[in-house]
Amino acid sequence: MSPQPIGSLKGFAVTLRQIFRKPITQQYPEYKRPVYPRFRGRHRLHRYDNGLEKCVGCSLCAAACPADCIRVVPAENTPENRVSPGERYARIYEINMSRCIFCGYCELACPFDAITLGNEYELSEYNRDDQIYTKDMLLAPPVKTVPSADAARYDTPEPVWKTSA
Amino acid sequence: MILALHQPWWISAIKAFVVANLVLGGFAYLTWLERKILGRMHLRYGPNRAGPFGLLQPIADLVKLLRKASFFPAAAVDVLYVLAPVVAGFTAIAAFSVIPFGPVWHWGDYDVTGWVVNVPIGLVLLFALSSVGVYAFVVGGWSSESKYSLLGSMRTCAQMVSYEVSLALSVLGVVLMAHSLSLVDIVERQQATIWFCVPQIVGLITFFIAGIAETNRAPFDLPEAEQELVAGYHTEYSGMRFGLFQTAEYINMITLSGLAVTLFFGGWSGPVLPGPIWFLVKLGTFIFFFMWMRATLPRLRYDQLMRFGWKVLLPVATINALVTAVVVVAVG
Repeated sequence: MSPQPIGSLKGFAVTLRQIFRKPITQQYPEYKRPVYPRFRGRHRLHRYDNGLEKCVGCSLCAAACPADCIRVVPAENTPENRVSPGERYARIYEINMSRCIFCGYCELACPFDAITLGNEYELSEYNRDDQIYTKDMLLAPPVKTVPSADAARYDTPEPVWKTSA
Repeated sequence: MILALHQPWWISAIKAFVVANLVLGGFAYLTWLERKILGRMHLRYGPNRAGPFGLLQPIADLVKLLRKASFFPAAAVDVLYVLAPVVAGFTAIAAFSVIPFGPVWHWGDYDVTGWVVNVPIGLVLLFALSSVGVYAFVVGGWSSESKYSLLGSMRTCAQMVSYEVSLALSVLGVVLMAHSLSLVDIVERQQATIWFCVPQIVGLITFFIAGIAETNRAPFDLPEAEQELVAGYHTEYSGMRFGLFQTAEYINMITLSGLAVTLFFGGWSGPVLPGPIWFLVKLGTFIFFFMWMRATLPRLRYDQLMRFGWKVLLPVATINALVTAVVVVAVG
């Protein structure tokens, strides 16, 4: 331990100087910093333009999920009740958001791009039951939205494995 | 002169009540101020959610601590475990009673003194109370029946006992110059001569450093050592019992600042403004310096702490006391 009085005094000057500078804190609930376009947040299920669901109930997302938080129960499409273009559709599609780790493997596994991860990250609830997102919730646009940075500026081009298929 | 004062007991009682509550209220808002100042030194805002400028934050913290479950370890020694934080809080508040904050005012027939009590051995009483406070920390850690608490309380005990020696020796010079252990006499002596921070500059420095260690403040906050050890003797405490320990440590810092002002900076004396204002201004300066130091200096290692305490601070304080004694005798 060698005493360094000059160095310590310099340190005191440094800390005192900061008091007169403006804090760099971003006040979160008032100011939401835009997330990157590829930020992985709350899931979305998608429909085709004609209103049919893209999901065919194949359960590949549930198989890929490392946290085992997706539950899919498929049912047969009938001419009277046609939900998706394929043979089957997801009668039940649930994601347990309290277990999801937002890895995006479900998105990778999906052969029809039916599920994607959106940008929303404000997913807190007062009740654990409310953390289970049903198919209706996932198909509807998210209630809370968050600002997203300009995709053209930050996003990488469509990956080859998606465009060349 | 002190004996001639006409001050009935109820004036003292009111003063004691007011001072105890002022110390507690001051403590609550100093935590807010400390978090604000530390925040600004880190380029943050500090608490700003509860009320305007976060001014309701201490109240929110208090309500939170009161409502939290006061966890009681199954193996803990019942009475001592509960009593330790009470003793810590009591000694911390009681120690402030001997610190004078103003001169004597004359209101009609009555004389109102600017101190709660003027004990002839005020300085000794204050050190005695702070030593009893050390017991609270040690016993609290021991009675938790947890090896981490026990080690934490050993750590606290070793530090506080080591630095208490230097703390007591560093004020010896002041006592010798004032010819009194009464804090009121010491202040009056300084008004008659000169603030003791000038002739006792070495004493002031040793007193201040030992005081930081005695009140467990950064850079000597090893008893808690938040970042590397998480906590010490109060590991098993929660709720308001934990809060009482923190209160005690914080009020000890206020008391020590008050003591430094009284011993070295002339207490309440100063031009133009009334005594208590001067006392508060000096006290605030000292407390700001405590906070500033916490934002600036990194924590010492334990061996550095012990080596510094015994090999540097204690000899310096001893030599200062000896030299002062020789000079006081030589001058007359």
